[in-house]
Amino acid sequence: MTTANQVARVLHGALDRPRTYDEHLELYGPAPASGHLISQVIASGLTGRGGAAFPTGRKLELLRAQRSGAAFVVVNAMEGEPAAHKDRTLLAKNPHLVLDGAVAIANALDADRVIVCTAREHESTIAHLTRAIAERPTRSRRSPTIELHTPPGRYVAGEESALVHWLNDHETLPQYRPTKPHILRIGRSPVLVDNAETHAHVALIARYGADWFKSVGTSTRPGTMIVSLTGAVPSPRVLEVACGTPLRTILNAVGADAPAAFLLGGYGGTWVSGTAIDTGFDDESLRPFGGTTGPGIVVALPHAACGVAETARIVAFMARESARQCGPCAFGLPAMADDLALLVAGRDAGDALARLTSRASVIEGRGACRHPDGVVRLVRSALSVFARDVAAHADGRPCAFAQTSRVAHVPRAVAQEELEWQ
Amino acid sequence: MAVKRRIAYRLLVDPVRCDGFGHCAELAPELIHLDEWGYPLIATEPFPANDREALRSAHLAVRGCPRSALRLEKVNLA
Repeated sequence: MTTANQVARVLHGALDRPRTYDEHLELYGPAPASGHLISQVIASGLTGRGGAAFPTGRKLELLRAQRSGAAFVVVNAMEGEPAAHKDRTLLAKNPHLVLDGAVAIANALDADRVIVCTAREHESTIAHLTRAIAERPTRSRRSPTIELHTPPGRYVAGEESALVHWLNDHETLPQYRPTKPHILRIGRSPVLVDNAETHAHVALIARYGADWFKSVGTSTRPGTMIVSLTGAVPSPRVLEVACGTPLRTILNAVGADAPAAFLLGGYGGTWVSGTAIDTGFDDESLRPFGGTTGPGIVVALPHAACGVAETARIVAFMARESARQCGPCAFGLPAMADDLALLVAGRDAGDALARLTSRASVIEGRGACRHPDGVVRLVRSALSVFARDVAAHADGRPCAFAQTSRVAHVPRAVAQEELEWQ
Repeated sequence: MAVKRRIAYRLLVDPVRCDGFGHCAELAPELIHLDEWGYPLIATEPFPANDREALRSAHLAVRGCPRSALRLEKVNLA
């Protein structure tokens, strides 16, 4: 099944169970003493794999420049995107690679605590992490302690300020951060938050160096990334590819045909036309289409589906997942979801379309986090990529698939009392 | 005088604190409008420091917010 563009690095040697600590040492050898980890990570060009693609090396430098107390290193494996499964897959295969990376960063920053966070609903991931943490030797005075935390798995709970808010006050609510770059803190101590996959790449850079890391991928997005592929594919798949691998190659690797369109980067991401199939899956190649890889999410939309209806289902989910802290998000997202539902049904659809366009501009940029901005981006891309369908719906002639389209995985609405944010 | 002209101000709202009371739009109508849900839409363009009227309104809005969600930020224009 492995093709030329499938490169197993962080998923190297994956078994059908988590690799034990001894098996991990056998495969990768012991973690090297971190002499020049930060400069190696900077030279590697690694960017965060959680979606924002911030240069990891620069983040490390920023944290090292902080003088106030020991830093915490947080591994973010919340994975609240319903179309993503990569962090859970990675932790079910090579959990020690993730922990190695976090420990290496902790040593480089003189941090004495590593905190691994995964959603409490991810029961098998919790089991894998608990076992992996227990397997690691704790004798060395140099090595940081590793703790597992399990916040409730809401969509925004994995947003880094919401995660740190949880670690401080047990509230998974994003924080307002007017100054950029903003150093998140637990108590007074600065915190480094990186996605689980990012930590695994750091562990490999610590072992094999920056040049090795850059030997695959593109010049702007070196290395590999894990992709979660769902939708019009024989079965949902998680695979590791070199950054910049064409979408067609990724689909071929799982035996999928060319789809009508792609949803890239997650539910706050972008619809991209199926004609982009020969585009590389990396942020620079996707820029002309307005897309990003986000946390490595590709949803293939089959031809027998309705992009407008899919967008309406996703936006209804995103509206439910708003933390309801900021008015424009708490009221604006349900309003957009309602208008999309009207557009899907072809009822008062012309007015609904006009309201969608104007509300998109009103809502954008007015939340404490980027949750509303992601929804605005998704809606705008849908109105442009599915322009012909949208026009037909607006004329009161919805397409044949409007009421049956069920491609994007949307978790069922939970009971209202469970949705109350604490 | 030349130095003074380069300084400007802009209002910023903490969207988490803001509960949509709407006092700000009454106290500083030239700087703030409300959206359809009653939350402030603030002019993104900073206003010059010598615009006394705007500065006075801005201060009133900041002091008049029951949630203390508004902040006046000094901007140095290049």
